Amino acid sequence: MNNTNSSNDWLFEIKPKSNFFSLNLKEIWQYRDLLFLFVKRDIITVYKQTVLGPLWYLIQPLFTSVIFTIIFNSVAGIKTNGIPSFLFNLAGITVWNYFAACLTGTADTFKTNANIFGKVYFPRIITPLSVVISNLVKFGIQFLIFIAFYIFYYFNGYNLILNPSILFFPLLIAVMGLLGLGLGMIISSMVTKYRDFSYLITFGIQLLMYLSAVMYPMELIKSKLPSYGWIVEYNPLAYIIETSRYMLLNFGQISVPGLMYTFILTIAVFFIGLLIFNSAEKSFIDTV
Amino acid sequence: MKDIILKAENVSKQYRLGEVGSGTISHDVNRWWYKIRGKENPYLKIGDTNDRSTKGSSDYVWALQDINFEVERGEVLGIIGKNGAGKSTLLKILSKVTAPTTGTIKSRGRIASLLEVGTGFNGEMTGRENIYLNGAILGMTKREITSKLDEIIDFSGCERYIDTPVKRYSSGMTVRLAFAVAAFLEPEILVVDEVLAVGDADFQKKAIGKMQDISKGEGRTILFVSHQLGSVATLCNKGMLMDKGGIVEYGAVADVIEKYLIPSTNESTVNSYIPNIESLKNKKIFFTKIETINFKNQITDFFGFNEKIKIRLTVTIKEDIKNVVLGIGLQDKFNVRVCTFMNNLSDIITDNSKDNFNVEVTLPNDIIAPNHYNFIFALYEHNVKTHDIIENACPIKIHDTGTMFSKFEGIDYGNVILDSKWKILDNE
Repeated sequence: MNNTNSSNDWLFEIKPKSNFFSLNLKEIWQYRDLLFLFVKRDIITVYKQTVLGPLWYLIQPLFTSVIFTIIFNSVAGIKTNGIPSFLFNLAGITVWNYFAACLTGTADTFKTNANIFGKVYFPRIITPLSVVISNLVKFGIQFLIFIAFYIFYYFNGYNLILNPSILFFPLLIAVMGLLGLGLGMIISSMVTKYRDFSYLITFGIQLLMYLSAVMYPMELIKSKLPSYGWIVEYNPLAYIIETSRYMLLNFGQISVPGLMYTFILTIAVFFIGLLIFNSAEKSFIDTV
Repeated sequence: MKDIILKAENVSKQYRLGEVGSGTISHDVNRWWYKIRGKENPYLKIGDTNDRSTKGSSDYVWALQDINFEVERGEVLGIIGKNGAGKSTLLKILSKVTAPTTGTIKSRGRIASLLEVGTGFNGEMTGRENIYLNGAILGMTKREITSKLDEIIDFSGCERYIDTPVKRYSSGMTVRLAFAVAAFLEPEILVVDEVLAVGDADFQKKAIGKMQDISKGEGRTILFVSHQLGSVATLCNKGMLMDKGGIVEYGAVADVIEKYLIPSTNESTVNSYIPNIESLKNKKIFFTKIETINFKNQITDFFGFNEKIKIRLTVTIKEDIKNVVLGIGLQDKFNVRVCTFMNNLSDIITDNSKDNFNVEVTLPNDIIAPNHYNFIFALYEHNVKTHDIIENACPIKIHDTGTMFSKFEGIDYGNVILDSKWKILDNE
């Protein structure tokens, strides 16, 4: 008892890096204004000094969807069961983009912020958190475009039905953000020592998209490539994309075991990410 | 009972030298292997002291080694030392930017650091937006910043540009703005590293004044790292001298500065002139040795403003010295003459039987302003012949020991400081 009393006497201690899981929630709360300001900075500075400004948020998913529709639906002949192919692709790309932006944005946290991290202390986790939140804003804008096209197709006589499970859509997006954050934190910690990972991420994210059922339904890969379909089945992102299409377009089916698996994996990845990030943040400045 | 606000216990920091590459994996694996067997990190045992000029035997180096000190509340601690002594590493550990390898630092107050102001500024954002962003990075809440916004803008003197993106600012303006934000932080312990080196004279004065307010007026603790000894002398009451990762001296600031400037006997900065033999062949009257000496009789090139400077000359004479004058000129760093001292050799040398004479000239203290100087020495007969002349010899540095000009260090305010008498004259 005496021992605890004398250590309570000090406000805080600076110690060599410990391997204990330590997430100081109180401290993060104290820095909430910083989180908000980082988000604001990310949003207002992205397209400064561009002519089209925030329109760039919309151009990228629209053009990608057009190209996917031409290549995968018109040329390769992937069927979308009465759902407009363009809308099918736009849904997949909008959701996928959020994950990709979270992952690539957080993965180089330490590298891009080395200068400021080397000078001042604040809870480092604020930076990846701000990436996830500012990308959520970006996702919101892109989602508005999806809604606009949804309404457009609806009034043009397409039979579009929202699934009641749409109520869980925000949860699905949250799980996705968490997964991107967790993976991003693991990779960002690795990048501080081994730069190899920053090269891996740039093309790895491209490959991952093809394995995540973005431009095809999961059913299709299972029937066409039975021997390789398992790769997609083990990919938690495929379930998220598939489920979001189910919610938004009432397309395909929901896989409860698959979602459970995704959910558990996300939680695990997130906590492993926190753990690694925490141990990296204390001494990364010596190695970065 | 002393009120200790900050305490460092056996703090050490190890760095790995050379490239971080393929070798890192093998060391990491090795370290991990020792750890799972419950053994100590094998790389902690090795490591050289941090001496950058010699080639070490190990890839690991101790930037800090067993640092122990205590700081009391309200103290202003000046940390001085040569480049690479470990000052900045210590500040980095204090500001939690990097973790120590071993040891702990305990604190009873919030620590905020002013390490190279301006980091975290975003060029695309306006001055006002950057005040908020920078303040938040330094740990202020939005409300705290809003309440001080007017004061901050006023202190920075950038009011006109406050809604312009910072990328259009001059570097001086950026620094002013950044310092203004930091100056209105309210941590119990403020860590300041060399920030005053930038900015114009007017701003430096303002910044030092603000730091004095913080320490004296508000009773907060400041750790201040600087190479400007004059600022350290005026601002700090405690001093800490570091060398090669360790603390050499800790105590009253004047003692510590003195220790820093007067080199210990085994590595003295010899400041003497010895001619090469060839050049003396045709000379009949010449200097054979010149040294500058402090009040402790040590040869040095560092003098305090309040110290007398002694010049010891050895003159060799092989000719009649009637009419020969020994002249010494003091020159400033631009080689402009400050003043001249001279005497007739025949007046000071009465014994004609010897060839060599030792002459000691003492320059008064409290007159020559802190700055860099050098000397010109000559033996000549006026308008007839110059026997020997040595230019730009024995460069010396006079450091500030707390004059009222110390805040203008590095700025030209003249080469002499004269004691002046002031009084108010009544008109009636």
